Amino acid sequence: MSATLPTSPQPGERTRLGALADWIDARFPMTRLWKEHASEYYAPKNFNFWYYFGVIASVVLVLQIVTGIFLTMNYKPSATDAFASVEYIMRDVPWGWLIRYMHSTGASAFFIVIYLHMFRGLMYGSFKNPRELVWIFGMLIYLCLMAEAFFGYLLPWGNMSYWGAQVIVSLFGAIPGIGESLVEWIRGDYYISDITLNRFFALHVVALPIALIFLVIAHILALHEVGSNNPDGVEIKKVKGPDGHPVDGIPFHPYYTVHDTVAVVVFFAIFAAVMFFAPTMGGYFLEHANFEPADPLRTPEEIAPVWYFTPFYAILRAVPNKLLGVVLMGIAVLAFFFVPWLDRSRVKSIRYRGWLYRGFLIAFAISFVALGYLGLHKATPAYTNAARVFAVVYFAFFVLMPWYTKADQTKPVPERVTYHAH
Amino acid sequence: MPIEKNRIALLAALLAFCGTAVAAEEHGAGVIQPARNDITNIASLQRGARNFVNYCSGCHSARYVRYSRLAQDLGLSEQQVIDNLMFTGERIHDTMKISMRPEDATRWFGTTPPDLSLIARSRGTDYIYSFLKSFYVDPSRPTGVNNRVMPQTAMPDVVWELQGVQEAVYDGESDAEHNVVHKRFKEFRVARPGTQTPEEFDQFVRDTVNFLDYIGEPMQLERRSIGFRVLAFLLVFFLFAYFLKKEYWKDVK
Repeated sequence: MSATLPTSPQPGERTRLGALADWIDARFPMTRLWKEHASEYYAPKNFNFWYYFGVIASVVLVLQIVTGIFLTMNYKPSATDAFASVEYIMRDVPWGWLIRYMHSTGASAFFIVIYLHMFRGLMYGSFKNPRELVWIFGMLIYLCLMAEAFFGYLLPWGNMSYWGAQVIVSLFGAIPGIGESLVEWIRGDYYISDITLNRFFALHVVALPIALIFLVIAHILALHEVGSNNPDGVEIKKVKGPDGHPVDGIPFHPYYTVHDTVAVVVFFAIFAAVMFFAPTMGGYFLEHANFEPADPLRTPEEIAPVWYFTPFYAILRAVPNKLLGVVLMGIAVLAFFFVPWLDRSRVKSIRYRGWLYRGFLIAFAISFVALGYLGLHKATPAYTNAARVFAVVYFAFFVLMPWYTKADQTKPVPERVTYHAH
Repeated sequence: MPIEKNRIALLAALLAFCGTAVAAEEHGAGVIQPARNDITNIASLQRGARNFVNYCSGCHSARYVRYSRLAQDLGLSEQQVIDNLMFTGERIHDTMKISMRPEDATRWFGTTPPDLSLIARSRGTDYIYSFLKSFYVDPSRPTGVNNRVMPQTAMPDVVWELQGVQEAVYDGESDAEHNVVHKRFKEFRVARPGTQTPEEFDQFVRDTVNFLDYIGEPMQLERRSIGFRVLAFLLVFFLFAYFLKKEYWKDVK
């Protein structure tokens, strides 16, 4: 009788690791989840450049959460200590500057990526039946992200943090009747104070990240339920092979995991270039006035929100009446929610839509960027007039959508996606 | 008082709203010159540190800057820092605080001199460079001097001995009573030369600004070099990722 030696597993024999997987699978749907969402999630094979930004957005979310956790270890949410604690992170905490720049660059990167992601949706009709809920969850993510960015911006307790928060919170004061008390309720004080800083900190590091994570899960679950759209706007589930899988679909893992890794690396390179060589981005990502501590008695020369809010800020400024301005600014954001029902085209993708939709979408994109530019600068009369013109175009995109999408000359949509093997 | 602050906020919002806020940059229009300082020049940073402790830190703190960090970054030994940059019994790991009390400062200058740790980041190096070179005689001011870059500044001209005394020369027409109207600044004229030549003084200011630039973000000395290494790594990673993707996607027809 010889002692049994460990050998490589025979066919049909379970390895220890396999046995562990079985043990877990009997108790938790590990393999099933992996299959449903990765190895057997069939995504259209014709994704193009625009389809990178969803994955990149989730990478940035993880980056923000991880860097945020490390920042919280040294940050002090108090009016007397906050500013100094940020400088402590920048100077005395080992690699603190890197974590802080990652977080501040990440905030701007998040919005760049999300705006491109939303534009993709508008281009290829990703919001249309059956993906309305994917779009709605996405918009809720966007709202949470704006709140998250706004609360986070107060935390360094710089002078721009302070006055930016003061101005934005005071917008709620425009609401007739309850305005003033509402503003007081939000601040928890008669002005932006230590109390406000503490509650904004709680919302920034606990409440909104939790909401964001849940919404992102809902966004992805809803997407995987109906399947991804693609640049042709063709439903790949309509044409299935003998194996029951879409002919034009490929398993997300490994095809899109390796595909998206390339994009993430390129994104990281751009991100690193900003972070290491231009972390303030000339005052756009980190504003100059925010390197002075908050001073309730001294306003910065010019109060402008960070760049990602400026399209809406420009709309606010373009309206002579404060209440109406606030209402229109709100509508400018909320209008996106209704796009799935405003669009009456039979065709999803811009590839098969006519020049009406294309024209309106291009005009809308130009207006959005132009409003963003105008919102960053002082509102001279000429700039205000320009902002009014662009605001009209901005709203026309939504308000006229039921008509121009219906009247548009669409082209016939093919059965299968267009794909050329690389 | 809180309601007053609230008003200030609303007023600020309205100012931004109407776009009537007159930015102070108008004061500086045309008088801001490029500082052209070089953050990698360690000798310049050392001279700047010397200038800072001799001319600035009597009134201005740099409360986030540690002496020991200066030793580390400026190629000095801790003993050199103690001997040359520390005058008032601080310890090497202390930050550059000052002993002037804010109440006294307000009584003497009408305001508290700002902490300079981050001045280069909030105002910019060009601004400080130009500010330090733009003092001129103005008997109407309590300090006897005014400044082109920041008019009515409370700061006295602490570098007058080096630069000399400057007078502002104006272009303009005189009216019947020989009062100058349409006064327009033309140039500075040296009324009394200082101990330094204009070139030496230029270098003095540039070194000082360089030091302020450095203390604004001490890690900028290493940030860029780390950046290059990160980008090099990502390039290698990209090649692997790219060819891996190519290999897998061969199957996709």
